[in-house]
Amino acid sequence: MDAFTHVTSKAIGLPQVNIDTDIIMPSQHLKTIKRTGLGVHAFESLRYTDEGDTKNDSPFDFGHGKGASIMVVGDNFGCGSSREHAPWGIADLGIRCLIGTSFADIFASNCVKNGILTVVLPQKDVDSLMREAQVGCTITVDLEDQSVTSAEGRNIHFDYNPVHKHMMVNGLDEIAQTLQSEAAITAFEEKQKAAQPWLYRDI
Amino acid sequence: MAKTLYDKLWHSHLVEDRGDDIGLIYIDRHLVHEVTSPQAFEGLKLAGRRLRRRDAIMAVPDHNIPTKNIHEENPDPMSAAQLAALTANVAEHGLEYFPMGDKRQGIVHVIGPEQGFTLPGVTLVCGDSHSATHGAFGAWGFGIGTSEVEHTMATQTLVLKKAKNMRVTVNGEMPLGCSAKDIVLAIIGKIGMGGGTGCVMEFSGPVIEALSMEGRMTVCNMAIEAGARAGLIAPDQTTYNYVKGRPLAPKVDDWDKAVAYWQTLPSDEDALFDIEVTLDASDIAPQITWGTSPEDVIAITDTIPSLDSFKGNKQATAKTALDYMGLKSGNAIIGTKIDRVFIGSCTNSRIEDLREAASVVDGFQKADHIIEAIVVPGSGLVKAQAEAEGLDKIFLAAGFQWREPGCSMCLGMNPDVAGPEERVASTSNRNFVGRQGDRARTHLVSPAMAAAAGIAGHFVDVRTFNANSSIGA
Repeated sequence: MDAFTHVTSKAIGLPQVNIDTDIIMPSQHLKTIKRTGLGVHAFESLRYTDEGDTKNDSPFDFGHGKGASIMVVGDNFGCGSSREHAPWGIADLGIRCLIGTSFADIFASNCVKNGILTVVLPQKDVDSLMREAQVGCTITVDLEDQSVTSAEGRNIHFDYNPVHKHMMVNGLDEIAQTLQSEAAITAFEEKQKAAQPWLYRDI
Repeated sequence: MAKTLYDKLWHSHLVEDRGDDIGLIYIDRHLVHEVTSPQAFEGLKLAGRRLRRRDAIMAVPDHNIPTKNIHEENPDPMSAAQLAALTANVAEHGLEYFPMGDKRQGIVHVIGPEQGFTLPGVTLVCGDSHSATHGAFGAWGFGIGTSEVEHTMATQTLVLKKAKNMRVTVNGEMPLGCSAKDIVLAIIGKIGMGGGTGCVMEFSGPVIEALSMEGRMTVCNMAIEAGARAGLIAPDQTTYNYVKGRPLAPKVDDWDKAVAYWQTLPSDEDALFDIEVTLDASDIAPQITWGTSPEDVIAITDTIPSLDSFKGNKQATAKTALDYMGLKSGNAIIGTKIDRVFIGSCTNSRIEDLREAASVVDGFQKADHIIEAIVVPGSGLVKAQAEAEGLDKIFLAAGFQWREPGCSMCLGMNPDVAGPEERVASTSNRNFVGRQGDRARTHLVSPAMAAAAGIAGHFVDVRTFNANSSIGA
């Protein structure tokens, strides 16, 4: 995973609430056995006409948002399906950071694994950043000091899970980290097997 | 200190406490299907890591498989490749696998409980958000992404942050014409799609306790539609009766010991919940969604809400939803003409759901203009049970189709899809934009409501439907 320390970019503004992972990545694109190449399908219904042409008002393809690394989004972003294809598509579009009032639990967890930072801020801050995004302002998000700097120069602090921060800032592989706890996992299994042998079977 | 059921599940699976409410949690059970696993198996291989516990895995194809002509070549080469990848991966690792055509094959969340793989007190994950279903057994079941599938395969653990405790108490009695689906839709309508975000949601109260295991699974299944990654219901005698004798249930020697342990799991009487919600079931009428989120739900007797009832960004979202659905504020939802019926999915494809639907269509005919009314049992075993009870004959006589098990029209990634602007009465769990096919319009309802709509050709109130025959009202 690529390390994430900070990002400075214009931003895509997508104010709709409850953007679900079916909108982010429609299910017909889940048949791939790869993690790559999904960006072209991300947010398909918001970007393309029924004929497959790019919509003139697609914030991903035209105007300030084109090529942006930051997205400012509406409440409860990423709800629904657990498909990691959603953050794979977002990452493939070049987006590294999402800012909103709330993110669905599974989606937020999937973002961490793919080096995408989800920043949760109060409604008024998201509203002002949304306005800035829509007029093409540049925003800076710094994970190391947990701050968002708006175009107006306002510095907004955000909370972030310390374990995730350590992983993101250092670009660590979570599995390699966990495997360092091998002895503790084995000890747990031995104890559990003695107490609840029905949870283990020979196959 | 008094503990909730979720607190007990957390502490009994805590391998390492990392502080800040973060823990390394042991995973007892892992259900694997074709769509969210290939990249995980590939990741293991690329990193040269072993799969830690193959006895903790059960694998099955369900999401992208066809539900008819299953012995013919898959018409979609990408689906075929994904299915072939699963077959190859389970063979390479020696995993338990139920291929298409095997009686035990079916939707992950139907077969786990059916096989006794899902047990009270376990942690269970699957690369599918509807893993919340397994909470019906007092199991901590939750959906994970593919990176976490790989993490579970490699370490049999996940690094998690402890969720908040939320309790939804449903008082009163189950109203006439309603079932578990109506209860959970009403809960989602009340607390909203993000109402349970960051929480594990325990369902309790007399209405929940009176539910069968099938009904409890329907309720927990849709906890994720209210934002909760896991739903929970305390195990009790109903749970033990369901589990006993299943292939992977504790055997005779262990049974009493297992039950004694399971009896310690329910939330302590004085346990504190961070959020409490109460609902009176007597106020509930059959529910139906009108929009493109499960929280867009009303009683069948209601009219479609006015845009003025929404605030802020929600108003624009509601307008977009109404345009997509081809509906107008102020109109009755009863009488809205439908094009298709789908009875199935991990929410409503179990034997009780099929009985409920069959009892409504028995002796009637599907309306002529309905393109297809399909009934998709949740597993080969559900299908066999339904056939033994003659339910298939009832559906077929009514002009409904009787299919092979799978996720089918729940998610539009297999041949069962609705066309643009086609309106579907669906027993599934998500009415998202494009969920059942490009521009398809989904209304979430109970099996009885979907069945009745299929006969009438439009939405009816199932409580008056029987009396009025197919005239509806």
